Amino acid sequence: MNIHEYQAKILLEKFGAPVPAGAAARSGAEFAAALARLPEGPTMVKSQIHAGGRGKGVFTDGFKGGVKFCKTKAEAGEIAGRMLGHTLVTAQTGPAGRKVQTVYFTVASDIKKEYYLAILLDRAASRPVIIASTEGGVEIEKVAHETPDRIFRVPVDPAYGLADYQVRELTSRLGLTGAEAKNGARFIRALYAFYWETDAAMVEINPLITTPGGDVLALDAKVSFDDNALFRHPEIVALRDLNEEDPKEIAASQAGLSYIALDGNIACLVNGAGLAMSTMDIIKHFGGSPANFLDVGGGASREQVVAAFKIILGDPNVRGIFVNIFGGIMDCNVIALGIVEAVKEVGLQLPLVVRLEGNNVAAGKQTLADSGLPIISGDTMADAARKIVKLVA
Amino acid sequence: MAILVTPETKILVQGITGDFGARHARLSLDYGTRVVAGVTPGKGGQFFEHGAHRVPIFNSVADAAQSTGATVSAIFVPPPFAADAILECAGAGLELAVAITEGIPVKDMIRVKRAMLGGPTRLIGPNCPGVVTPGTGENSFGGCRIGIAPGYIHQRGHVGVVSRSGTLTYEAVYQLTTHHIGQSTCVGIGGDPVNGTSHLDVIRMFNDDPDTHGMILIGEIGGTAEVEAARWIKAHCKKPVAGFIAGSTAPAGRRMGHAGAIVGGSEDTAAAKIAVFKECGIEVAATPSDMADALIRAAKARGLALT
Repeated sequence: MNIHEYQAKILLEKFGAPVPAGAAARSGAEFAAALARLPEGPTMVKSQIHAGGRGKGVFTDGFKGGVKFCKTKAEAGEIAGRMLGHTLVTAQTGPAGRKVQTVYFTVASDIKKEYYLAILLDRAASRPVIIASTEGGVEIEKVAHETPDRIFRVPVDPAYGLADYQVRELTSRLGLTGAEAKNGARFIRALYAFYWETDAAMVEINPLITTPGGDVLALDAKVSFDDNALFRHPEIVALRDLNEEDPKEIAASQAGLSYIALDGNIACLVNGAGLAMSTMDIIKHFGGSPANFLDVGGGASREQVVAAFKIILGDPNVRGIFVNIFGGIMDCNVIALGIVEAVKEVGLQLPLVVRLEGNNVAAGKQTLADSGLPIISGDTMADAARKIVKLVA
Repeated sequence: MAILVTPETKILVQGITGDFGARHARLSLDYGTRVVAGVTPGKGGQFFEHGAHRVPIFNSVADAAQSTGATVSAIFVPPPFAADAILECAGAGLELAVAITEGIPVKDMIRVKRAMLGGPTRLIGPNCPGVVTPGTGENSFGGCRIGIAPGYIHQRGHVGVVSRSGTLTYEAVYQLTTHHIGQSTCVGIGGDPVNGTSHLDVIRMFNDDPDTHGMILIGEIGGTAEVEAARWIKAHCKKPVAGFIAGSTAPAGRRMGHAGAIVGGSEDTAAAKIAVFKECGIEVAATPSDMADALIRAAKARGLALT
């Protein structure tokens, strides 16, 4: 689960990691009250969407920049009006962009130098790793590619936690001294506590800055949480912004399905994540284009199959449907009954190819055949994929 | 022989009184697996009954192991309690804990894995279909089925299968069996980013197992575990290996069902992994329908028959 920058900064402050003073607003009427909480002077206005590249983004009305520096609070209020309610397109949003529903005002800090700091899972080591760089404010992938010697990695032993010597190593490698080193150490410890105690999947501070006065602050914050751990963090679940999620994905998760929209035209309904991924792959392999990832899971019910059909048919780009089920334990006939019920309920104007294999497959195939519906059957995954690609082409 | 478990292995089931655990305990008993104990704290002294089977339930893994001689646990405990269930296996000194549970917090697994370091217990999973060593009876009856895989699709034989994904494992096994090629052991290592046993761990065991003559290695986008396994195969493995990587079409940054199946950097894309597989002499299946055929090609190239 992702959260907005302003939400992440409130959490960071709670854990003792300093951020510039800021206030969020969800409507034009809230601008004045939000700005009143900041001192007069240079102010940043930041569009709050769950996507990166905001600064270089362009609004669909031609206004440039989803993050703006303003000399005064009055100017900040005006600029916020150009952002709020408008759609911002960035390198990460796709061409449709995202509607800005919250703007965030912050004090524009004096920057001495920009750094990069992140904590995430090192999968190979099965432990957290802190990644720091003297090159902040730019894409870290670019730094990793061009100047890998300026990126430092410190793995943390979960049995002990972050050790003081490791914090000293980080501040020293970042070249921090005096008050900066002290404040930097405090920031790193706070960030680690935040990462660990909230079950974050990743926290990324880019840039982390030093000020001429020796302060260390997070100018931006990108945070995501481990979905599996949300059950023990109701305070974080409360930060979820459904406006930032695809309505079809929300409907799917409510039905206990895993769905991700893609931009192709062959809808897929599959059991198992690995099989669902490779069903998309095999469509592509035979020259087609998948419209979605959809995993009905290992114990799908008829109701779930019906819900899944409704969701995939809600995508206007869909021109054909590919159902690929390997029912190891799952009863193929349950799936077949679900398909027939769904088709009768929602109607079928598109070609539908079904590949059923596994437990009680004969009964499942019989159910499909007896239904009188124009369902095309595929013997293997490859056979079925070829058929649907041909029908849609 | 086989790896990890044999038809003689005695297993216990943690969470045997829950719906999920009970259902699969019954299926394992039907398959002929020696399910000798159940563990549910607070229900010790009761019995899990299924047909002629009467499986005693214990309050703890240690009690169950001591009383029945079980050496392996199948864990079906819900996510909030699963980390504790895994640690209990380590505490009791079991040989193997197979965690089927899906949805365990990553932090819990980081701590569990650290705590098990250097201990005697191997962990498979979590979020995995489990382990099957097929038996010699009809539809491979009499084998050791730990977890949720369909037992009947297997056939006793000499091919090892290792995969993160359940359904892709079944797909591969089904293709092999359809070709009358049996399996020594099939291992689902699970789709989570932190798991107990890696592709490479299993590949090493298959390589050392005289009864395994070839392998299918099924991977996904995300992480570098498949690449690590492939490089080891190139350097050390003489047996034919076929490979498949799922996720060529997955968009960057999106999680595809498995917590681990997410493209991060340029190194963990499907294309990068497939390139490494080829470079390491692994016969790559172009589609998931081609996995058994790919292994047959790899075996033929070495003049081997797998049946």
